[in-house]
Amino acid sequence: MSDTLLSVQGVETYYGNIRALAGVDVTVQKGEIVSLIGANGAGKSTLMMTICGSPQARNGTITFDGEDITRLPTHLIARRRIAQSPEGRRIFPRMTVYENLQMGASLDNLKYFDEDVEKIFTLFPRLKERQSQRGGTLSGGEQQMLSIGRALMARPKLLLLDEPSLGLAPLIVKGIFDAIKVLNKEEGLTVFLVEQNAFAALKLSDRAYVMVNGKVTMSGSGKELLANPEVRAAYLEGGRH
Amino acid sequence: MSNISHSPESAGGNLTARALREGIFAGIVALGLFVLFVGLETTQNIRNELVLNQRWGLLAIFVAVAAVGRFLTVAYIRPWMDARKAAAKAPAEADESFFKRNFSKIAIVALLIYPPLMVMLFGVQGSLKWVDNFGIQILIYVMLAWGLNIVVGLAGLLDLGYVAFYAVGAYSYALLSQYFGLSFWILLPLAGILAAFWGMILGFPVLRLKGDYLAIVTLAFGEIIRLVLINWTEVTRGTFGVSGIPKASVFGIWSFDVSAPNNFAKAFSLPMSSAYYKIFLFYLILALALLTAYVTIRLRRMPIGRAWEALREDEIACRSLGINTVTTKLTAFSIGAMFGGFAGSFFAVRQGFVSPESFVFLESAIILAIVVLGGMGSLVGIAVAAVVMVGGTELLREMTFLKAIFGPDFTPELYRMLIFGLAMVIVMVWKPRGFVGSREPTAFLKERKAVSGSFTKEGHG
Repeated sequence: MSDTLLSVQGVETYYGNIRALAGVDVTVQKGEIVSLIGANGAGKSTLMMTICGSPQARNGTITFDGEDITRLPTHLIARRRIAQSPEGRRIFPRMTVYENLQMGASLDNLKYFDEDVEKIFTLFPRLKERQSQRGGTLSGGEQQMLSIGRALMARPKLLLLDEPSLGLAPLIVKGIFDAIKVLNKEEGLTVFLVEQNAFAALKLSDRAYVMVNGKVTMSGSGKELLANPEVRAAYLEGGRH
Repeated sequence: MSNISHSPESAGGNLTARALREGIFAGIVALGLFVLFVGLETTQNIRNELVLNQRWGLLAIFVAVAAVGRFLTVAYIRPWMDARKAAAKAPAEADESFFKRNFSKIAIVALLIYPPLMVMLFGVQGSLKWVDNFGIQILIYVMLAWGLNIVVGLAGLLDLGYVAFYAVGAYSYALLSQYFGLSFWILLPLAGILAAFWGMILGFPVLRLKGDYLAIVTLAFGEIIRLVLINWTEVTRGTFGVSGIPKASVFGIWSFDVSAPNNFAKAFSLPMSSAYYKIFLFYLILALALLTAYVTIRLRRMPIGRAWEALREDEIACRSLGINTVTTKLTAFSIGAMFGGFAGSFFAVRQGFVSPESFVFLESAIILAIVVLGGMGSLVGIAVAAVVMVGGTELLREMTFLKAIFGPDFTPELYRMLIFGLAMVIVMVWKPRGFVGSREPTAFLKERKAVSGSFTKEGHG
């Protein structure tokens, strides 16, 4: 369990002249759940998007499974089996649930589609009920399930989740986080998670990073960070930074 | 006045009386409105004097239309609409009618027997108008709109210069057959390939553009092609156009040239007529249009078609799923353009003459209007829209009886665009997503499962 799957080194990303990431170092080992927490505008989502190559990093390197992917276009990065459930879910609203899942399996041209879709439906039974419904008519929680399900259809080595709890009721969040845990335990799926909901994320994660103003300021195991007074003050008890 | 609530079950006499009252009132309002505009007309006579003409007859028609229209609306149309609305509220019948379910099959069969039927009804010469002006003309637009549907309806790339590919196809056939003497059956695929090639050339610079920006560039592209055709006089003969384009033959077996020994009419010892050629062309464009539809239906179920639709929905999500958006967009442009090219070479062979006049922006606009009115992505809806729009404008030419009402100077064709625009506004108010606005899914788990309306309306959680 000590093979490095993803390694981000000294990455700087700019939007025009504005530096969003100021030299970020993050590593994710195979089989881990790693989360990245931080306030709004800290650069969490930017890091996620930079890993996917849109926008590309100006400086630094991103290595995935021993290969430098810093300068690859997005679709080729996705073909290295990095699947993303993007911020705001971004499902295809006019396509049915079933078709959305089909889109997720584009990489293998539906070769494993039937068995994979069965797996997704066992993981999220709600999606099976709603399979012929258009994506745009789903509730927020169902859309999030669909977004994760669609990402899983690509048989990813690394699953990137950008704010899966965004705008969802606590009970739904718990359901989704439980599903992530199951995937990690049973399939050995590696997950890199960006979250505002620091408490839930830290409880779930093996390790975590804290990001402030485009820099990683703290890192450690989920439990350590949960116990850390600074983290508690800034992200768990709220309103004191 | 219209706010007075009433139930359709209320006494009929009451309703009629009310309708009469409102009708008379509408007539009075119309009289007041039109008495100066319509009832009186000032013209200059030969001595340059201003003369006041009185047109009481015309004014009477206006008033009568308003009064009778209001009467009918209140007495019959509104109760009927209310009844329909009430019926729609009741649970819809589970079974669609036989006609609705098999609409496309019935339509194809009807189109296949259309030319012989017209020959039977109007004679060989009389059928010309119906087969050529209505049949072929409408089918060309159906095919063009289906081609554009791939770009606009499926891939969601707004293309205002589609007529450019139509022009490329038409000129490919016209010029290559003139300069190299190649036959229609060789040039038809070649025209498609050339148009597809131009589709890619258009695609490259606009890869990063979306929405309004894309529309402007494609609009410019359409104009560039037209201006090249006008100004490259050595090759295209400019505004004079290319004439004397050879006719198509039935796969080289029978020809439609009058002097040819294997003339179609001679071979079957039929009387000489140009109608046979038109009937042949009708079946040809029907086959081409059906090919377009078939390819579209098949592609929608293939990875590339799914990628187009996903691209229309969300480009970023597409990329994160490993879809190459560059090739996806380019194939959409080139396949859409290819069908435009086919239609173009057919257009050239039908007219026997092409000039840049035929490929103005208005054509692009009409094709796009058909796609939007039909409901983007829906083949049946688009075909219906083409029939209504193109058939409707053709029908206007036939309305000579309108001259009896509006005087001998009235030419209904001149009001074509006015009515076209009015029809578009009405359709968009009445059905904002086009005739067939809902998208048919392409994939189902095992068998098609009927999901009840109550189940799909809202989600929980």
